[in-house]
Amino acid sequence: MEVKLLTEHYDDKSFQGIEGYKAKGGYEVLKKAFKMKPQEIIDEVKASGLRGRGGAGFPTGMKWGFLPKNDETRYLLCNADEGEPGTFKDRKMMERAPHQLIEGMIISSFAINSPKSYIYIRGEYNESTAILRKAIDEAYAAGMLGKNIMGSGFDHDLDLYVGAGAYICGEETGMISSLEGKKGQPKLKPPFPAVQGYLSKPTIVNNVETLAAVKYIIRDGAEAYKKHGTEKSCGTKLFSVSGNVQKPCTVEVPLGYSLMDLIELCGGLKPGRKLKAVIPGGSSAPVLTAEECVDAKMDYEDLAAKGSMLGSGAVIIIDDSNCMVDLLNVIMHFYHHESCGQCTPCREGTGWLEKMVKRIVTGEGRLDDIDLVLKVANQMKGRTICALSDAAALPAISFVEKFKKEFEYFVREGKSMVTSKGAPAHA
Amino acid sequence: MSELIKADDVEFIKKEMVRYEDKYSAIIPSLYKIQARHGWVSEDSVEELSKVMEIPSADILEVRNFYTMFNQKPVGKLHIQVCTNVSCAMNGGRELTDHICKKYNVKKGEVSSDGTVTVNQVECLGSCDTAPMMQINDKYWENLTNESAVEIIEKLRS
Repeated sequence: MEVKLLTEHYDDKSFQGIEGYKAKGGYEVLKKAFKMKPQEIIDEVKASGLRGRGGAGFPTGMKWGFLPKNDETRYLLCNADEGEPGTFKDRKMMERAPHQLIEGMIISSFAINSPKSYIYIRGEYNESTAILRKAIDEAYAAGMLGKNIMGSGFDHDLDLYVGAGAYICGEETGMISSLEGKKGQPKLKPPFPAVQGYLSKPTIVNNVETLAAVKYIIRDGAEAYKKHGTEKSCGTKLFSVSGNVQKPCTVEVPLGYSLMDLIELCGGLKPGRKLKAVIPGGSSAPVLTAEECVDAKMDYEDLAAKGSMLGSGAVIIIDDSNCMVDLLNVIMHFYHHESCGQCTPCREGTGWLEKMVKRIVTGEGRLDDIDLVLKVANQMKGRTICALSDAAALPAISFVEKFKKEFEYFVREGKSMVTSKGAPAHA
Repeated sequence: MSELIKADDVEFIKKEMVRYEDKYSAIIPSLYKIQARHGWVSEDSVEELSKVMEIPSADILEVRNFYTMFNQKPVGKLHIQVCTNVSCAMNGGRELTDHICKKYNVKKGEVSSDGTVTVNQVECLGSCDTAPMMQINDKYWENLTNESAVEIIEKLRS
């Protein structure tokens, strides 16, 4: 069953504007939040078990708790640089419920006592940007942003910052570098952004969906929110489902939802097709075989136990018409293109992985390439400033290990085991 | 004062320089402004921007070069970017790119001889539920077929 908290009014076009939003109880939760002490809001978010919805799944309340206990100016940065291949849930929310995000951001800013927040949105999202700009203007005009919001004495400014096409800016310190007007290269941690972030000031970076969820946690209370999901994976989650399903879309279900049921919610597979594999959390998440999917639950723990991850909730369904060597080639090209070039294992490793997989997919592969892919990928893990290197290594390892026969066939025969065509012309 | 950056744009840039906490944050919005004017960002424009912002040109150039949305050479009137990442690749995004290139007799990344079209493959644009898709200038076009894509391009070309 779908549980619609964040998506309840997605089909109502008027929800996009402030009047329609208010008619559905919009900004009432902010009013409620202003009657609470900031620490009470933080405690409620901690108690809710909310974990970051952007990919890493770090507990939100705990992240907020890392802020220094002093008067230093701090910033809230909303991560709307949705770039993990297969992910489109944040774009949908910004276009259909922009005020929901803004309200969540004001509540969160009040909780952490931040006078200024930014939404860092990816440059390609022109439509979302235009809708958000309008919503921010409406919120200012209605007194929801600016000085003394709703007579609470709390001042807050919110601005939008448009990125310019770099996957790495979705990494929180890469995003901070970008907002500072530099190349979006991640920074060494520690210090973590909560201590030293934007312009060396304490900064909290949270995903769009995370900040919107805060609104519903404060509205319903942590206990009610926790009723959705599992003991450790609390609440609902937006899943972006794409690939070989009949009705690709965003769905909101409680965490712990069955993967097979999720596929059915999206219309199931095309007639006559069999499930071959699923990438459960964006292209950096290790692929699951059809057998592993049978009892897979969409939560942090179950997918981790299966050696994969929930990531951003981008679920890519792969049926038996696909060649796994070809798909890995697409993924390796992506990570090589997006490596920021700062750390050697990533800069060189992503390049070599792409080169070797491409060699196989163009029929030029050698048998020892398969082991070499694994060797290089294993050397890329845990050796760099950010997780991009691992994000490239994990799909390489899982594709090769779980679908080794396809790779061996391609090397031996110089063509795909699956498609009747020879080497893809696009490789 | 400058040829490549018009007076209106200088005004915009100066405003952006005080909008954020640090003037460096105005580099990306300013590069967008230049691109909106010329279709791309030349090194000469970067030099002029450096003077307007009083920021070393090397700092601006490395920003231009890092972000894929800043064009480092001229593009056609219609900059067609087709997503070929996983979900789009599974739904014909690569074949679509080839089809468009063939139709307009242009190689990826180059400008067609009449100056109207540039075709590029791009990474995931967050439109995976409507694959295959393309972005033409600022706008997304979704749920495409080879035929519908060409129809859209033809309309925009005229």
